Amino acid sequence: MRLTCTVNGSPQQVDDVWEGESLLYVLRERMGLPGSKNACEQGECGSCTVYLDGTPVCSCLVAAGQAEGREIGTVEGMATEESLHPVQQAFLDAGAVQCGFCTPGLLVATDDLVTRSLAAGAPPEDAEIREALAGNLCRCTGYEKILDAVKLAAQRMAAR
Amino acid sequence: MKPFAFARPADAAEAVATVATEPRAVFLAGGTNLVDHLKLGVARPDLVVDVRRLTSREITDTADGGLRIGAAVTNSELAADRRVRERYPVLAQALLAGATGQLRNLATTGGNPLQRTRCVYFQDVSTPCNKREPGSGCSAVGGYTRYHAILGTSAALPDPTAPETCIATHPSDMAVALAVLDAQVQVLGPAGARTIPFAELHRLPGDDPSRDTVLEHGELITAIDLPPLPAGARSAYRKVRDRASYAFALVSVAAVVADGEVRLALGGVAHKPWRASRAEEALRGGPVADDAVRHAMDVELTTAQPQPGVDGGNGFKIPLVTRTVVATVRDLTQETQA
Repeated sequence: MRLTCTVNGSPQQVDDVWEGESLLYVLRERMGLPGSKNACEQGECGSCTVYLDGTPVCSCLVAAGQAEGREIGTVEGMATEESLHPVQQAFLDAGAVQCGFCTPGLLVATDDLVTRSLAAGAPPEDAEIREALAGNLCRCTGYEKILDAVKLAAQRMAAR
Repeated sequence: MKPFAFARPADAAEAVATVATEPRAVFLAGGTNLVDHLKLGVARPDLVVDVRRLTSREITDTADGGLRIGAAVTNSELAADRRVRERYPVLAQALLAGATGQLRNLATTGGNPLQRTRCVYFQDVSTPCNKREPGSGCSAVGGYTRYHAILGTSAALPDPTAPETCIATHPSDMAVALAVLDAQVQVLGPAGARTIPFAELHRLPGDDPSRDTVLEHGELITAIDLPPLPAGARSAYRKVRDRASYAFALVSVAAVVADGEVRLALGGVAHKPWRASRAEEALRGGPVADDAVRHAMDVELTTAQPQPGVDGGNGFKIPLVTRTVVATVRDLTQETQA
């Protein structure tokens, strides 16, 4: 099929896509966007988390045929030319990155959590953060610094 | 992955006709379970038919005071709906107890109840499994049974070679809540539309463990209806698992407490969401103190068949599910008095 969708705000068209391949495969192997990571391929680890029509999903579980006409946001769309996204900067500043494989998925999931929490009027509390990031596995950090990073990001995004 | 063709029909009727004419065709909605199974080789269809956009994504009030949930409504959307949170807290709680945000954002109302068991042997194509390969036997019997059934299991137990043997559980939290709410399933099939009481949607393994539900090939869930609860009813979902989040239930309880009536459905104990009708009957009209609930659960569990296993088996589920029901009902009745 010819897959037509919007990725990070830009219209995209890719030919010779098999509808049964994953959106993750399309992003990484056909669109040159390797930021979303391919780890478990079962929807368990969250490394492949992207925005699909505004909500975070595991792109490894989205059939390419179901991505037709939709809006996709990846980690590559977060920073601008000038600066990192506040969530990215917070992960750096809090030391929440070790091997980095889970980081792109965590950045997208954190951005969604913080954005929703602030829209509802308050930064996320610890229990909310733990629950919201339950689908993003990190095997390096033990999560403490990730929690710090989420809280730092929320603080900075609230101040904007 | 085995290659397959992919169809994007224009409407639900065309999707039903398309699947009905191809014996090895399947519907694809949110994809959280099916796409995984396509990769694992657990599902090997020739044709995948995309229905994600073909059913309603609306939650509407019904004339009787209940709700109609379109099959395409996602688990996240359903759990966030104010009417669901206020009128059916058991359903919102069950939804949020399942999976992760990323998965709930994809999973649909029609697809969630049709997800397959997470029995590790079912998902491992190198092991015999009567559900995946009818007649091949059951690898779970005598294996790892911590997540397996204690109620409604096959008469052929403990023979692992019998074609009827299956001790798988149904994994959905949402389905346990829908069972206690007496939901009605709206279905479109090759022979037209029909309504199936949710409690009758799922099967016990019986003589064919490969069939999870009573749906015929080509039948598509288009909506699920929730009847209103009695005035003053309270409801809750409680799930017990091996870690605080993102794990399937060891046992779970969906409960509704209304004036003179207790409704109970159990998860993690059977091949289907288990409506505890015997316990409900034992409690009807009487007091709902802890002792009475415990006794009612003893009645419910008289037919339980705990499974031995290399992991110590699942006999722990009998006291665990009893205590979980007692605690859930206690919370709801104290809430009512307060």
